[in-house]
Amino acid sequence: MDAIELHVNGQKFGVHADPDTPLLYVLRNDLGLKGTRAGCVEGQCLSCTVLIEGRPQTACMVPVGAVAGQNVETVESLVGEGASHPLIDSVLKEQAGQCGYCLAGILMRAKALLDREPAPSRSDIATALDGHLCRCGAHVRILRAIERAAQAGSARA
Amino acid sequence: MTAIASSSSLTDNPSCSDWIDLSRDAVVVLKTGKVEIGQGITTALVQIAADELDVAPESIELISGHTALGPLEAGTSSSLSIETGGRAVRLAASAVRAIVLAEAAKLLQAPPESLAVEQGRIIVSGRETDLTYWSLAPSIDLEAQVLDHARPKEPAERRLVGTSMPRIDLKAKAAGAGFIHDIELPGLLHGRVLDPPASGRRLEAFDEAALKAAFPSVQVVRDGSFVGVIAEREDVAVRAIERARRLATWSEGFQVPALMREAIAADSAEPEIVVEKGDVTAAEGRTITTEIERPYIAHASIAPSCAIATWRDDTLEIRSHSQAVHDMRAPLAKALGIDAGNVVVIHAAGAGTYGHSGQDDVAYEAALLARTVPGRPVRVLWSRAADFSLAPLGPGAIVRAEAKVDAGGRIAALTIQSQSQAHVSRPGRGGTINLVAAERLAVPMEKGSPPDVPLARGGGADRNAMPLYAIPNVHVSKRILRDLPYRTSALRALGGYANIFAIETLMDDIAASVGADPVAFRLEHLDDPRARAVITKAAEMAGWPGPTVQGEALGIGFNQYKNRSAYCAVVARVVCDERVRLTHAWAAVDAGEAINPDGIINQIEGGIIQSASWTLKERVNFDGDAVTTRDWEAYPILSFSETPEIKVSLIVRPELPGLGVGETATGPTAAAIGNAVHRALGIRVRTLPITRDAILAASI
Repeated sequence: MDAIELHVNGQKFGVHADPDTPLLYVLRNDLGLKGTRAGCVEGQCLSCTVLIEGRPQTACMVPVGAVAGQNVETVESLVGEGASHPLIDSVLKEQAGQCGYCLAGILMRAKALLDREPAPSRSDIATALDGHLCRCGAHVRILRAIERAAQAGSARA
Repeated sequence: MTAIASSSSLTDNPSCSDWIDLSRDAVVVLKTGKVEIGQGITTALVQIAADELDVAPESIELISGHTALGPLEAGTSSSLSIETGGRAVRLAASAVRAIVLAEAAKLLQAPPESLAVEQGRIIVSGRETDLTYWSLAPSIDLEAQVLDHARPKEPAERRLVGTSMPRIDLKAKAAGAGFIHDIELPGLLHGRVLDPPASGRRLEAFDEAALKAAFPSVQVVRDGSFVGVIAEREDVAVRAIERARRLATWSEGFQVPALMREAIAADSAEPEIVVEKGDVTAAEGRTITTEIERPYIAHASIAPSCAIATWRDDTLEIRSHSQAVHDMRAPLAKALGIDAGNVVVIHAAGAGTYGHSGQDDVAYEAALLARTVPGRPVRVLWSRAADFSLAPLGPGAIVRAEAKVDAGGRIAALTIQSQSQAHVSRPGRGGTINLVAAERLAVPMEKGSPPDVPLARGGGADRNAMPLYAIPNVHVSKRILRDLPYRTSALRALGGYANIFAIETLMDDIAASVGADPVAFRLEHLDDPRARAVITKAAEMAGWPGPTVQGEALGIGFNQYKNRSAYCAVVARVVCDERVRLTHAWAAVDAGEAINPDGIINQIEGGIIQSASWTLKERVNFDGDAVTTRDWEAYPILSFSETPEIKVSLIVRPELPGLGVGETATGPTAAAIGNAVHRALGIRVRTLPITRDAILAASI
């Protein structure tokens, strides 16, 4: 079996896996990137959301073979070397979580949103996050954190 | 000197060394049996200990929920972790400080009152010394009894407690390897288990040979109707169990009355009287009644249940996100035929479960699989469908309440009966095993029938059934159903959710019948100043009674959780158009001393949103003995677009004991929504959830 070439968070990896293997398991177990969460693994809770060529997708539903050579971003890219992404700082400042399991997927959705629309309204943010399930009820704080990150981003720009 | 209020957690863990270890330089190891389930308890405990010891919170390393290394405390439940676990940590930390200072006073020949501690260093009359906790550790006896030395600080002396210190665990949970699902161990294997269509079903046929032929690298484990697979790669384990599903034939199910009312009426359970105060039959007045129905509700954790088990000879090590790491050892050991002393359970964080879901079940299943590969850890992760259909559910309930209202418009009597399956059936309770896979073994183990929680411990079905209002004659009873086949156990607030919905919506009905304002009517029936204060505050925050507009209104709900924990009043604003939308919620909370105010606010916000989700959207469906709700599509929860604006106000009383807040918002939120809908539409919805269909049905 030939190695599948993956570009994840700006790094190249060769992975020996069945091309049908969901990207989720490859990220978590072959690359050790545990930040992408295994939730329902049925594409319904969106906790495993990553960006593929900048677009949010559920890593549980994407076969690894389908993303060979494409740019994949996971939540680890937000806390990489150097300063954290404003989204991480904002989540911590707002204490925007309880159990925290939904956050990684939400952060990636929010990154895609802010990349596209640097100054979204509260309702733009809520609409973008619909489909992401949070069971603890941290919604209000999560919305506030993303608003804060947007403000920090536009202040920087 | 006044006696110090103890903590039940100290009874079995009386020594300072049960809680604190100073053997590593510059590190305070703080040990607790309470575990982090997303509620922020570990941060609160660090605050408490750092304050009492006068050390930086960063110097504290926490051991939480480790049955071999930490204190054996009761489970993390019932909103008791601050009250009991927090109190024990405060007393233990204060005792260690006192013991160290006594030793320092001796060495320095200084009067004890001239000594202080800063960042773990001993200060004498404002001057630094060479002495520290750690330099003195070898010469003090941490086996000493906590209660012999405890001298907790006065509220005014506390520095960290009362501040909103950020959560110590949040960053890893947002973007790192913060969960049990993420733990790497040498030689870790991946396990999956075959789900039956319902918990009592048996495997009638299974083509094990075909499975083995298709997956030669996978180990298949079978015991009766329990089937599991173990693989080196997780994706291979997943594919193998998917194939196994197609190779299995399960026994047929059986029918139960589809309507909950009928099923509950048909049950053989007898009612038990819980409280009799005065004489409700002799009381005179006009009768007003209600009967509310609460559906079965799923814990619906975002991450399915997970555990890691490793066998070494006859000892078993379990990593689990159970809330009852200590209590799960005995039933696990019994089900595995080993001594409970040979089971070590180490807590690792899962996603929030808000009660007893499949955490303990999956730990047993990991142990069954790992037993076949001694020395190698096996992680088992449940499927989403198993988490919905095999894990215990919050039980459906019917609550009937009847009030008698006297000529003066006061409530003369209240009779209330709560009927449901048991609210707590954690493994081990009442000597039961209740691990779902144990029923599927070749020699099945009876799950047993645990008793409901007695009122002295907060009650189960009858939790918060006793109204806090000043009513001279009260009769409370419960009927714990025994014939229904569903697995039920603790879900946030237990019976308090339905009972407070019943009592508080009845209060509004009574107020309306005497032409009284709902807030004023409640205050007329409340003597407790703390109860009055939260109701008054919430009403003020919301601008009570609000404008009267067709389809839009405010509603109020109130409780003191368990009639002894935190007080909470919630005012909800709803807009009823094609569905009910909760647009705003205002909450006032009195939890006594606030260890971490933002942590409390976070819990109240979460309690409001989760309760709103239950109240407006959630219902588990069945076909006979089987749960047919098996994925998120069948079980929608409140979305980001449906999120209300929330304001929480804390009434802080530093001189009073800190009370848990995880469950106090649950009942009041439901009642506030129900009452707001009634005020907005004039329709009293008594069947939850309050959907468009439920409103239409109630309006006929």
